[in-house]
Amino acid sequence: MIDLSSISLVTLFASILVASTPILLAATGEMIVEKSGVLNLGVEGMMIIGAVCGFIGAVKTGSPLVGAIVGMTGGAILSLVFAVITQYLLGNQVASGLALTLFGLGLASLLGTEFTGIRPPPMPKLDIPILSDLPVIGEILFIHDPILYVGLILPPVLWWFFRASRTGLIVRAVGENHEAAHAIGYNVRMIRVTAIMVGGGCAGLGGAYLSLVRVPQWTEGMTAGAGWIALAIVVFASWKPWRVLLGAWLFGGLSLLQLNLQAAGVAIGVEYLSMSPYIATILVLILLSSRRYRHQAQAPSCLGKSFHPTL
Amino acid sequence: MARRSCRASATILDPDVQVTVMTNTKNGNDITLQLDAMSKSFPGVKACDDISFAIESGEIHALLGENGAGKSTLVKMIYGLLRPDSGSMKFNSKPFTPEDPRTARAQGVAMVFQHFSLFDALSVAENMLLSVENEPISGISDKILSLSELYGLTLSPDQIVGNLSAGEQQRVEIVRCLLQKPQLLIMDEPTSVLTQFETEKLFHTLRQLVSEGIAVLYISHKLEEVRHLCDRATILRGGKVIDTCLPAEETAFSLATMMVGSEIVAPVRKQISLGQQCFRISGLGVASQTQFDTALVDINLSIRKGEILGIAGIAGNGQDELMLAISGESRSSTGEIWLEDQRIDGETTNERRRRGLVFAPEQRNGHAASIDMTLIENALLTASVRKSLTRNGIVDWDSTTRFAEEIVDQFDVRMPGVKHAARALSGGNLQKFLIGREILQAPKMLVVNQPTWGVDANAANAIRQALINMAGEGAAVLLISQDLDELLEIADKICVIHAGILSEPLSPETTSRAEFGLLMTGTENSHSVS
Repeated sequence: MIDLSSISLVTLFASILVASTPILLAATGEMIVEKSGVLNLGVEGMMIIGAVCGFIGAVKTGSPLVGAIVGMTGGAILSLVFAVITQYLLGNQVASGLALTLFGLGLASLLGTEFTGIRPPPMPKLDIPILSDLPVIGEILFIHDPILYVGLILPPVLWWFFRASRTGLIVRAVGENHEAAHAIGYNVRMIRVTAIMVGGGCAGLGGAYLSLVRVPQWTEGMTAGAGWIALAIVVFASWKPWRVLLGAWLFGGLSLLQLNLQAAGVAIGVEYLSMSPYIATILVLILLSSRRYRHQAQAPSCLGKSFHPTL
Repeated sequence: MARRSCRASATILDPDVQVTVMTNTKNGNDITLQLDAMSKSFPGVKACDDISFAIESGEIHALLGENGAGKSTLVKMIYGLLRPDSGSMKFNSKPFTPEDPRTARAQGVAMVFQHFSLFDALSVAENMLLSVENEPISGISDKILSLSELYGLTLSPDQIVGNLSAGEQQRVEIVRCLLQKPQLLIMDEPTSVLTQFETEKLFHTLRQLVSEGIAVLYISHKLEEVRHLCDRATILRGGKVIDTCLPAEETAFSLATMMVGSEIVAPVRKQISLGQQCFRISGLGVASQTQFDTALVDINLSIRKGEILGIAGIAGNGQDELMLAISGESRSSTGEIWLEDQRIDGETTNERRRRGLVFAPEQRNGHAASIDMTLIENALLTASVRKSLTRNGIVDWDSTTRFAEEIVDQFDVRMPGVKHAARALSGGNLQKFLIGREILQAPKMLVVNQPTWGVDANAANAIRQALINMAGEGAAVLLISQDLDELLEIADKICVIHAGILSEPLSPETTSRAEFGLLMTGTENSHSVS
């Protein structure tokens, strides 16, 4: 019999926040990269490198926060490979990004062989006095770890950054028209390399969150497509920070609901439920490509194009 | 023809222009920029060869030359985009070695680019902010408003640049330069996208600027404009300075001769004999597909055999959409298209070609030609149907090569060989090849869009002559062009397209340029706006 009452809404919302954090971090990072005009399909690879590096860092030092920083660094370093290939050697961004994913998955399982089956040191919770004692709201919002709040604060910060700051304007300009940005005198390559590395760092942090908080342990291939969902969220969000947050919650919620429904014994094949986030992605993409919504989904004009400073 | 161009220049000039020109030509002004023996080589070509001249404050100095004469290389060195191999510059008597555009701007050099260097998706104010680093974000809108008021360049800071007209976009570029308080303003082909009216406004602004002591370096192909606007002109050919002259004392013809280095043959139109109706469009409508294209509304036109019908208009008023509808690349239109007594609007592009309707679209690189493929392959792409270059699906490379060589011979295409990629050709030569490819298919009708855009004077004349000859042999030509001079020179009738609406055909003999200008901006339909 279906027993939906076993799903507590407060617990559900609190765990949606946790479940969505890895893809939220990765998607905001990818949004920064794409705003600068670069399409990095290597999110999955950077996430899993972040997961394994973060895990190793936390186990070796005993500090999960140090682990998170190591994971972030790992993702950023891997993205630097992509940056060199695409920005200096003018490699094709799609092919390089796919290669980065495959390379990251392989390298991660190599690095992680000795670390399977261990439990990492637990991530401390931020116990915010008063706020965490609030009924419902406190139980949903204020009982989490610091990285989750980093993820939550990123979208509003980025919204401000791209809307009101000069640096954000320059990043957008480079993504819209790299020739013109170059003609005015901006260093297109340097700006893009920086954006790629920030994006890699965010993806790495998202991966570290998976192995340190969400699961928490290291298993091979544990990202299981989260990087691809992050990529889809950026398109779903039409490159807008607030919608990235919304998208991450939606997709995080779907993957969680799937587990909860299974636990509640809903008579739907497990396969359909595991499929649901991906089906939702496809549906959203179809919806966005329809004429009615197309004008809202303005991709940066130079997205995916190589830039070679001409004479 | 000569008479026509005289009348043309008369409308450009308002009476007091001559006076302004005279007062500006003061000898002994301060030198703003001194160029000394500037040279720059690229692999295989010496783009600038020992170039020396000076630009004085308060003068509009023209830089003339054919494509490849070294103008843009020189300008890029002044603006810090390229470093010279040898030679030196002095800006206000101080050594000037700009490392990048930013340092050039900081010292007082500003530039308005030929292909606008604007960001379509950003607002006017955001575009400005990108090039003035030390301007606070909050005050920029007021600055823009006050500057645009001062120079009569109406702008609203919050508009998205992609939605503005070409003239408005240029205003954005100019105001962006003025924000930097420049002492030298470089303008690269500023009028090529402007209407007559916008051009006159631009000239007015430039005169106001030089009267305040700014120096302007003005690059243009339009010699009549240069004659009336510029105080002095430096002419480049093959990377060298040929002469510095007073353009007001030269004729357009003598300037052109100096640029080219040989006599220019203007196209000649012999007897025009019009035959029966060849092509007809009635009630053609195309809905707009995206926010950036134009909907066509109830287009009607007809062309007779031997006739050249011109379509004038400012870029983005539906020319591309019309071209696509006629060629069959877009078939989501309503209305009827007839070639002789066949209705063809349901047919594919190749079916239309087979019937004798051929096309030379605007963009050489990408649309009309595949630039990484050889000339032989490019010849095959549109001619395989009419020239039967394939048999049972297999390409007959021998006949295709012969056809490519025939084009090269008959249209005087200068190139390294037909087995070379199309990108190896200069713009003018590639365009001659592409027009020749269509004409040699002996079509009943040719539709051509912007055939001489970015093509040097000699090649442009050769292309116009080819179109005239084709009409002389009884084919119909639909010539879409943004260059009104070109249309006035060779078209029998001219329709104006504005906002997707096509005017009645007008006779170039009885219609003034001002009337065309009004139609092109759509002003004639909006008298109520005052």
